[in-house]
Amino acid sequence: MTLVRDALLVAGKDLRIESRSRVALQQILPFGAIVVVLFAFALDADRALLSRAAPGLFWAAVLLAALLAVGRSFAVEEANRARDGLRLSGLDGGSVFLGKTAAIAVELFLLEVVLGILVVVLYDVALHDAMVLFCAALAATIGLAATGTVYGVLAGGLRARETLIPLLVLPAVTPVMLGGTRAFQAALDDAPGDAWPWVQLLTAFAVLAVAAGVLVFGPLLEEA
Amino acid sequence: MKRLFLGATVLALAATLFLALYVTPPRENQGGEAVRLLYLHVPCAWLAYLAFGVTAVASALWLLPRTRHASWDLLAGASAEVGVLFTALMLVVGSLWGRPTWGTWWEWDARLTSTAILFFLYLGYLALRRTGATADERGTRCAIAALIAAADMPVVHFSVSWWQTLHQEGTVFNDKLDVKVNGSMAVTLLLAVAAFTMLYGYLVLQRFQLAQLEEGREERALQRAIEERVRADEVAVV
Repeated sequence: MTLVRDALLVAGKDLRIESRSRVALQQILPFGAIVVVLFAFALDADRALLSRAAPGLFWAAVLLAALLAVGRSFAVEEANRARDGLRLSGLDGGSVFLGKTAAIAVELFLLEVVLGILVVVLYDVALHDAMVLFCAALAATIGLAATGTVYGVLAGGLRARETLIPLLVLPAVTPVMLGGTRAFQAALDDAPGDAWPWVQLLTAFAVLAVAAGVLVFGPLLEEA
Repeated sequence: MKRLFLGATVLALAATLFLALYVTPPRENQGGEAVRLLYLHVPCAWLAYLAFGVTAVASALWLLPRTRHASWDLLAGASAEVGVLFTALMLVVGSLWGRPTWGTWWEWDARLTSTAILFFLYLGYLALRRTGATADERGTRCAIAALIAAADMPVVHFSVSWWQTLHQEGTVFNDKLDVKVNGSMAVTLLLAVAAFTMLYGYLVLQRFQLAQLEEGREERALQRAIEERVRADEVAVV
């Protein structure tokens, strides 16, 4: 029980910082939006092509924005040596991990809603099977946030942190990119039966990432 | 001793080259002459598994408090470096073979894709290693990164069995342990694997010793700096 309470404490702290600093709202969200627009340029604004590639483009945009969210989440700990405060707070490593993951997941989920609307409008996509879309997005977001948090603390305190995090995170989250794209593709093609195996893959990845994170976050926080 | 080992390695590699180029037959359905590339491709794939496996084991030994020693960290790094080299070689050689056989340089099938991801995971690991000067500074985070990266290895290995893909199933280590090569090809393949394993051993030893020397140099430099500082303080006191 304390695990959940402490996690909520950490998540609340991170979300409060975001709601006050507005970096997520004023930088990460517009970044995701411009990526969505750039993809349209890359495909020559071909409506048929865009609507077919929409699931993949959507998740690519989310992944890129997620890198910023992860970087931001740990830049906050870097400033004023807040990390030392976190370490001395007596909170269990696992709960700090869950808290930071939850905060990033909430931010990403809001980002996905906005980017989703943008994709629907700009790429001319017709939505089906909201339930599949929701479940896939939820599992993918948790997997993404958990993996990002693990690598965020792994690279924490290093000088090359900003460039290292993308290199470490992107190969590790390829299952999310693949599963999210396939699940969304199936849902948009109105074939939810084909989507569920991918939702299962996303869920399995999320569970593994969270379990690994709870296990290794404490030692890594001590180390950095 | 190391010289002797290097000599034996070079000899084994030369014998492999001779067998692969002059003794083994070309195969019609395997790209004709291009089939000889497999004597390079298969040992590279084996070395990728071996090298990343050694990295994973050494990292785990570093993480366990009872076996923690700076040597495990250095060994993990040395093995990963050699592993990345041979993974890259495997991808390039496989691509060269795929062009005449499959008609394409690259195919997005499960094994190729998961191998490419493995390559990038370990590139990230090597980049992470360069950020800390000593084993104590980087040890734990690198060891954990190596263990996470190792999770992709079973995916690569079983990808050809899990998903029916363009890449053929394991020639030697498949489900039924049914070896699908014979005659001079089998001998050559076996020799190639042995020769490349020796090469791996030599390269890792070399990188390991170099890393040890580098660590020693850092420590000596630090020691010297401390001594100079102490001496300067003594002069100031006098």
